[in-house]
Amino acid sequence: MTLLLRRTASQRVQKAPSIDSFYPFWFYIPAGVVYGLMFLVPTFASFYFSLTHWTLFDQRFIGLDNFREFFAEPFLLRGLINTFIFGFTTSAGKVALGMMLAVLLTSNIYLRSLLRSVIFFPVLVSTIGIGITFTVLMEPHQGVINTALQYMGIQGPRWLTSPSLAIYSVALVEIWRGVGLATLILIAGLVSIPTDYYEAARLDGANAWQQFWRITVPLSRPAVATVITLSLIDGLRTFDLVWAMTRGGPGFSSDVLASVIYKQYQAGFYGLSTAGNVTLFLVIAVVALPIVAYLNREES
Amino acid sequence: MYGTRKLVVSVLAYAGAALFFLVPFAFVALTAMKSRQEASLLQLSWPSEIHLIENLIQVIQVRDFMIVRAFFNSAFITVFSVTLIVIFSAMVGFVLNRRKTSWNKMIGFLVLSGLMIPPAIVPTIWLLQELGIFRTLHSMVLIQVAYNISFGIILYRAFFSTIPRELDEAAIMDGAGPVSLFFKVMLPLLKPVTVTNIVVLSVVIFNDFVHPLYYLPGDQNVTIQLTLYNFQSMYNTSYNLLFTNILVITIPMLIVFLFFNRQIVSGMTSGAIKG
Repeated sequence: MTLLLRRTASQRVQKAPSIDSFYPFWFYIPAGVVYGLMFLVPTFASFYFSLTHWTLFDQRFIGLDNFREFFAEPFLLRGLINTFIFGFTTSAGKVALGMMLAVLLTSNIYLRSLLRSVIFFPVLVSTIGIGITFTVLMEPHQGVINTALQYMGIQGPRWLTSPSLAIYSVALVEIWRGVGLATLILIAGLVSIPTDYYEAARLDGANAWQQFWRITVPLSRPAVATVITLSLIDGLRTFDLVWAMTRGGPGFSSDVLASVIYKQYQAGFYGLSTAGNVTLFLVIAVVALPIVAYLNREES
Repeated sequence: MYGTRKLVVSVLAYAGAALFFLVPFAFVALTAMKSRQEASLLQLSWPSEIHLIENLIQVIQVRDFMIVRAFFNSAFITVFSVTLIVIFSAMVGFVLNRRKTSWNKMIGFLVLSGLMIPPAIVPTIWLLQELGIFRTLHSMVLIQVAYNISFGIILYRAFFSTIPRELDEAAIMDGAGPVSLFFKVMLPLLKPVTVTNIVVLSVVIFNDFVHPLYYLPGDQNVTIQLTLYNFQSMYNTSYNLLFTNILVITIPMLIVFLFFNRQIVSGMTSGAIKG
């Protein structure tokens, strides 16, 4: 009897891995090798390199000096501050505008899907192309935007040449570029809200405004969390648009961490550039991740 | 009453969309048709003479047909990296979905890290130099695979949970091994999500500017996004050519979008939500 039991037990032990053997671990290897070599190795190496003074000519360990420089040098610190400005304004803008567009595009209008496509298309266009186009549109004297504003009697600002405005102008273009994706994610959230809720609210005499704030906003929270997650991480890492539109200028007034990394790399300060990289990593790990985790916990 | 309101809201929505979303594209197309002097006025206006063909020829010929080389290089990188990502990430998604082990959590963490963590630029260049493959198209393919594989894994893993396990069991009964189970039985079933993956990844990799800027410096290995960057300084006064170049690299995206609208939207929104 014990023998029999032991035999079925051992059979079971053998049988479980035999099904699993059709899902072999070596399927992980091709992906793992490329990812490990090209992504993980440099990431771990960056923690060491960020602690070195490293130029074309020499490399030596200097501890946290690069990071100290980051917080002491105004042009490096500006990049860090602008990274936050850019990440947060673009996220907020995409959520707010995307929500308005999502409500509009789920309401009863003609040719909704055409309009959705028009708004989404910029997501697919070369970011550099968009950057160059808007740089020309935002030209302060003859540019299309300021000319149009002049017709309305408004003196248009110096969008990209004013040091205090440049980073916000670039953020505005990023919102324009990314709002289509945000809108589509929010639409997916809105259509999953049961229509009974709205009917019940109408019966109770709630107006459209109340329905929006009491039903639409709370129940589309998962979609909002997704949009914030995506735009925050994209926004903090952004490089293309800043580089195409201002090169971080005027001066270094619109630099972000990613453009600082590039400039320091080009100048041959490899250690400092890597420290910028690690700083960006920390910004995402310490600032963005808790926000993302908080939003996603609330959702369930 | 209700009908008029629908009409008014629709007209307003279209006017707004045209103003904000079509004017920039119209500006690109119109400027690409203009002569150099007319383009330099930066106006949104109909060109007095159409110079589109001359501009196109000039953009193609400039710097010894650089844009043609760039198209070839970008196509090479896109085709090979997308092929590798599709196969590798489907394999990972398959095992990740079917086999529950204590590794899954760790692998899920690595996948998310791949989406969130900014790549370490200088150490990567250092590594490529140590391996002797810096400035090669092949190294760019490997880098694109490493940077984008997480997206593929997320889509595939989700899709595998919709394929019943009974199918695996039936195939195993019929004598399929792990390799034929995956390549002959599973891979054909993945077609919808594979199309989504191919389209979205192609767009992302074709449009990538930052990584070729770092890892493929120099004229020989120029990619399509960098032609624009190189021309930007060169065409400082030739806005017509600059915008012709923008038009040339935007049109492939427009064509892809017209044909794969549905896949792109579903891929970008669902990948996003699960990410």
